[in-house]
Amino acid sequence: MIAFKLAYRNLMGAGLRTFLNVSVLSFAFVLIIFFNGMMDGWHRESRIDTIAWEAGQGQLWHPALDMYDPLTLQDAHAPLNTKALALVKAGQLTPILIVTATAYPQGRMEGILLKGIDPAQNILDLPSATLQGKNGCYGLIGNRTAKNMKLKTGDQLLVRWRDVHGTFDAKEITIAGVFACNVPTVDNGQVWLPIDTLREMTSMQGQATLFVASKTYAGGDLGQWKWKDLKFLLLDLDNIVKAKKSGGTILQMLLLFIALLAIFDTQVLSIFRRQREIGTYIALGMTRWQVVGIFTVEGAAHSVLAALLGALWGIPLMLFIGHTGINFGINDIGISMRSVIYPYYSIGLIVSTTVIVILAATIVSYIPARRIAKMKPTDALKGKLQ
Amino acid sequence: MNEIIQIKNLVKRFPVGKDFFTALHDINLNFTQGEFAGFTGPSGSGKTTLLNIIGSLDSPSEGSATVMGQDVALLSNREAALLRNQHIGFIFQTYNLLPVYTVFENVEFALLLQKMTTSERRKAVMEALEWVGLTDKMKSRPNMLSGGESQRVAIARSMVKKPEIVLADEPTANLDSKNSHHILQTMKKLNEELNVTFLFATHDEKVMKYLRRIVSLEDGRVVSDRLTE
Repeated sequence: MIAFKLAYRNLMGAGLRTFLNVSVLSFAFVLIIFFNGMMDGWHRESRIDTIAWEAGQGQLWHPALDMYDPLTLQDAHAPLNTKALALVKAGQLTPILIVTATAYPQGRMEGILLKGIDPAQNILDLPSATLQGKNGCYGLIGNRTAKNMKLKTGDQLLVRWRDVHGTFDAKEITIAGVFACNVPTVDNGQVWLPIDTLREMTSMQGQATLFVASKTYAGGDLGQWKWKDLKFLLLDLDNIVKAKKSGGTILQMLLLFIALLAIFDTQVLSIFRRQREIGTYIALGMTRWQVVGIFTVEGAAHSVLAALLGALWGIPLMLFIGHTGINFGINDIGISMRSVIYPYYSIGLIVSTTVIVILAATIVSYIPARRIAKMKPTDALKGKLQ
Repeated sequence: MNEIIQIKNLVKRFPVGKDFFTALHDINLNFTQGEFAGFTGPSGSGKTTLLNIIGSLDSPSEGSATVMGQDVALLSNREAALLRNQHIGFIFQTYNLLPVYTVFENVEFALLLQKMTTSERRKAVMEALEWVGLTDKMKSRPNMLSGGESQRVAIARSMVKKPEIVLADEPTANLDSKNSHHILQTMKKLNEELNVTFLFATHDEKVMKYLRRIVSLEDGRVVSDRLTE
């Protein structure tokens, strides 16, 4: 208690120097919480979007399927067994058939994926209903594909594919609609068709490459179909966000380091200037380590004040940004990202940041304060230590 | 006689480069409870060094200094701190008040390390401030006080825990004649009323006039030890 009281008095007494130290530290404090809040917000939104548009509540994959190897698509398809058919009928699963193909937009040639989906499905947010009740070969594309291939609703796109027997065939697909989506992996270079149309085009009647599960599906393998849970399906996204977060951490640590350096400097100066005071504490009956404690608490108190100052200006700012979000104006960075990101500040983030900053400030305060333990009280009282 | 300080064959050496400088040579002194004594002598004669050893702020190189029955050479840091906290008060030439604390808090600080309740501390601080006549300045900070007032606060701080020994190192060096007499009278009064042992390190003639025993030091040796009354 003495240490806290004394620390408070000394910090207030130091005036501008305390204010500057605390300001820099509070800036680092708020920035760390804000940056991590933005990353967590992005991560959270991206997971929600990826689940809604692509992953569902899990997937059942054909055992030959490897999403990192498009060549496996040639063999990664099989007819639906009776159990799968029943679950599809019950709305617990929706089948997706994936076939590699070549598109010829405006005379160019591009490799694409033709994806067959049930137009009546409601497990994914993909507007597959656009494909319902259309006569002829209609397809659905995302706005990235539309932009890359310079296509719009009503345009025709020539595609060529190989059927299950290896025979090449080609057809013009009419674009039934262009959807806007934050998940590039359901958009880039993909054309969504009614699954029955694709099955017919490829002679893969009654077949699928994978199933997307709804919340009602209990999970687990289904015959040869291998269950992939959300942890697996979102692993890439989680890793990318984690990597980006780590990159940002270097900058945050640099800022924190500068703030802590200021505290360290203040501590060194303080111990040098207050030698008589240190000697007086010892003369009054304190042990040297008790005096080290006083100076450590005093240095660490910078971080407590920084947390309070940070809360003073940071909370309104973060609440405002939490309400309006930040418009990055981009949504095409290769991974799921909304154009407007709303930061997400979890209790864990705030508590862990506070603990890290206080702990770091305590350590940098303690390091110079240790010198007191080696001081001779008689020299300290004379103020003659260099 | 109740001897509270016993110094036997005390030698103190300080390292100077590769050699040693002997600040105190074979000192033998005893002090009893309630003495009002002082070490006098020119600068460098060893007054402050002797006072620091008695105050357990330093330890002898040879011999022993027993204070309140405890040999300061054998005390750990914690034990020495406890001895200072419970039995010894210090008064310094430069007052050494804590600048961020009020007069009341400066005096109270000496009690914070002792297990006392807030009301007990308050009562003791008020009593100490009454002794030195500074109750009206209890809310002032050290920078608002004159030199004399600051030293009176230092006296109150040293006396508040009612120690057996008060060590005063050149307490009047920064004070004018009037203030010097004032604080010396205060200390004399406390010595007589509370039977506290006062030991001074001084070369101020004004202080010497108040002392009942003067120990003269020269080049670290006791050259005389006499009673003045």
